[in-house]
Amino acid sequence: MQLALFIIFGALAVAGALNLLLQRHPINSALSLVVVMMSLAVLYWSLGAEFLAAAQVIVYSGAIMVLFVFVIMLLNAGKEEKTTGSRAAYIAGFPGAAAIFCLLTFVFLSEQKALGVANLGGHLNSGLNNIEELSRVLFTKLLLPFEVTSVLILVAILGAVVLARKEDQ
Amino acid sequence: MAAQVPTAYYLVLAAILFSIGVGSFLIKRNIITIFISIELMLNAVNLTFVAFAHQWHQISGQIFVFFVMVVAAAEAAVGLAIIIAIFRTRQTLNVDQIDLMKL
Repeated sequence: MQLALFIIFGALAVAGALNLLLQRHPINSALSLVVVMMSLAVLYWSLGAEFLAAAQVIVYSGAIMVLFVFVIMLLNAGKEEKTTGSRAAYIAGFPGAAAIFCLLTFVFLSEQKALGVANLGGHLNSGLNNIEELSRVLFTKLLLPFEVTSVLILVAILGAVVLARKEDQ
Repeated sequence: MAAQVPTAYYLVLAAILFSIGVGSFLIKRNIITIFISIELMLNAVNLTFVAFAHQWHQISGQIFVFFVMVVAAAEAAVGLAIIIAIFRTRQTLNVDQIDLMKL
């Protein structure tokens, strides 16, 4: 079950990411990112993070991607045109990304013995369920950071309103 | 007993997604697509956090992902507002034509 979920949704995530890379129109890239985020939500669930799986669907593929699609439609963004700068980026971009991938994969696979295996369902320390455990930490040990994030969101809302406002009025 | 997946495979999947994000960040010329690839990289890092939280039976990794999601939401709102402001002044989304601060 775990293996089947991992193969299906891992392949779906990689396919979505590659489609994001290959499409030239921003709206296609945004919609393939939705595919990646939905499959990542399934992978979170299979790793025992039920709350994060729900939050991934609601916050990322719901709110953030709607914002992206909204802005793409608002600005009427067309296909990106090729320019001289992008050729240098092709030369440096693919080897750089491949080097990062090789380094990370080498480290992870050489440490594979120490890492162990993943089982379906949560295996956290106490017998609580995932949401209960998460909220217990958030509202006791991390109450101040949790409340400060509300100020962060407020500042972000104000910043977005100020930045997107028309200046000549 | 169901087949198990080594945690390293989840980490390798996250590495694949992160490198695709890095590659598309460097190659894409459209400012919105560049922003989308930043979100892809954030998601890849979130997957490593969740995998390690599962591995070490700790909730801290999931708390990290929670805060990353909050910051990503704030960042998306401000970033897209900046993109709208740029488009309003420069009438373009191509990053090669937005080079006022370039030497």
